[in-house]
Amino acid sequence: MGKKVLLIEDEPNIIEAVSFILSRDGWEVKTHSNGHDAMEAVRLRGPDLIILDVMLPGKSGFDILTEIRGDVEFAETPVLMLTARGQMKDREMAEKAGASQYMTKPFSNADVLAAVRDLVGA
Amino acid sequence: MPERLMIGTRIRERRVLSGIRQSELAKQAGISPSYLNLIEHNRRRIGGKTLLKLAQALEVEPQVLSEGAEATLISALREAAGEPGTDGPELSRIEEFAGRFPGWAGLLTDLYRRTQGLERTVETLTDRLAHDPFLADSLHEVISSVTAIRSTSSILVETEALEPEWQARFHRNINEDSARLTEGAQALVKYLEGAPNRDAEVQSPQDEMHAYLATRGYHFEELERDVAGPRDVMRLLKDEAAQAMSTPAQSLTREVLLRYLADARALPLGPFLARVRSIGLQPDRLADATGAAMAQVFRRLAALPGDEMGPVGLVICDASGTLVFRKPIDGFDMPRLAGACALWPLYQVMAQPQVPLRARVRQVGRGGEVVDALAVAGLAAPTGFDRPALMQAHMLLLPDPGGAAEEVRALGVSCRICPIKDCVARREPSIIAEGF
Repeated sequence: MGKKVLLIEDEPNIIEAVSFILSRDGWEVKTHSNGHDAMEAVRLRGPDLIILDVMLPGKSGFDILTEIRGDVEFAETPVLMLTARGQMKDREMAEKAGASQYMTKPFSNADVLAAVRDLVGA
Repeated sequence: MPERLMIGTRIRERRVLSGIRQSELAKQAGISPSYLNLIEHNRRRIGGKTLLKLAQALEVEPQVLSEGAEATLISALREAAGEPGTDGPELSRIEEFAGRFPGWAGLLTDLYRRTQGLERTVETLTDRLAHDPFLADSLHEVISSVTAIRSTSSILVETEALEPEWQARFHRNINEDSARLTEGAQALVKYLEGAPNRDAEVQSPQDEMHAYLATRGYHFEELERDVAGPRDVMRLLKDEAAQAMSTPAQSLTREVLLRYLADARALPLGPFLARVRSIGLQPDRLADATGAAMAQVFRRLAALPGDEMGPVGLVICDASGTLVFRKPIDGFDMPRLAGACALWPLYQVMAQPQVPLRARVRQVGRGGEVVDALAVAGLAAPTGFDRPALMQAHMLLLPDPGGAAEEVRALGVSCRICPIKDCVARREPSIIAEGF
């Protein structure tokens, strides 16, 4: 069985496309699309890797990331942040909150694949 | 030096400035000249009553002499001096500076305050732009749909043997997202177009002048009368429309109107119109018949009432290629100031002053129409051995009469928006993508 990735993103068509390319690459993909209970989804799914959008309804991706890092169980889980803003400030905030990698929208599918493979050492 | 003692120096400065002798001022203030001398050299303190009398005699507000007025000035100066990046003002001599040059010191503090005010405005505006919720929303919408489209379309292209169900689904998604993208983009355009300070768009004085000339149709009856003179130009500049322009734009307009006046005097409207009616729009023959220079005939033709002659465009450039005058004509675009297409006959004639050139031209791209371009270059002002000769080129643009056999030359507006490939005159790449 492949590794498990949790995609937290609110755009249905982005979810569909990213899920598709990751499943084809042999990942087990779980998705979640709002900020409120994102942490519960993380605990429930226990993923090997998390892809996290910064702009989520209910809660900011940065806050969710802080919660993830605050949980002993997921303190070391690789997190790939997605954002629509490429500003240095966002990048810094992501790094400070403990993101493993940071990707600016729009991205290419190949970049996403390369990043997730890289992050779990596959 | 203590601030208080500097009053003496101020009194002395004021007295010298007013050209009053020490003894005379002492007399008016009811003190002895030697006592005034001691005061002026800051060796005696000065009391309220004497200060009032001296101020009266010097015709200044007592506060100007007393330290009170200066205290604010001095603290403002200190503030300005404390800005990072100021390179060592002489802080120890700040009172002396404020006392000796109150005007300059005041100017300096005023400028400092204005700078601070402007910095705050810039910060506020930057902040507003960065946190404008509508702008952020629309951009987020656009980027999200672009991301989805990009990802989905590359799946469609790159995935071998994609199942028909998936294919159909992704096609539908792309269709959905492109509709969202359209909406987002339209919302952005609408928002930016309706931005509240669009009227305050930065306009060059040249733009203002041309806008003013356009509202008047490039024709000024006031300057066409037999008795018209420079005072009529001044009167025009005093009306509301002209007063609404910035000072530099008013001064440009004055020059253009004075030239208009000179042209109108050389080629009065009535007789000139009669000649045009009999000869037609043929500047060379009109110049021949009137003895006027070809450029002047061009300007006169462009200044005729629009209903009389139909559309006549005119563009004038100086030797640097800068377009100093533009009267547009449909089907031929002109850039706002500089950077026009080097293929224009306007520039071709610069190589051979006084030699006229006529060509049928059409600007490549949308909306370009064939126009008849007539150009000539010449001296812009009388010249001499002691100064550089100033050249100007004029290009008259007339609608193509049709039926001419001459080849139509293709040219552009300016390189950035020009689709002509392999152009020898190109000086920068076009932003119009290949194959668009």
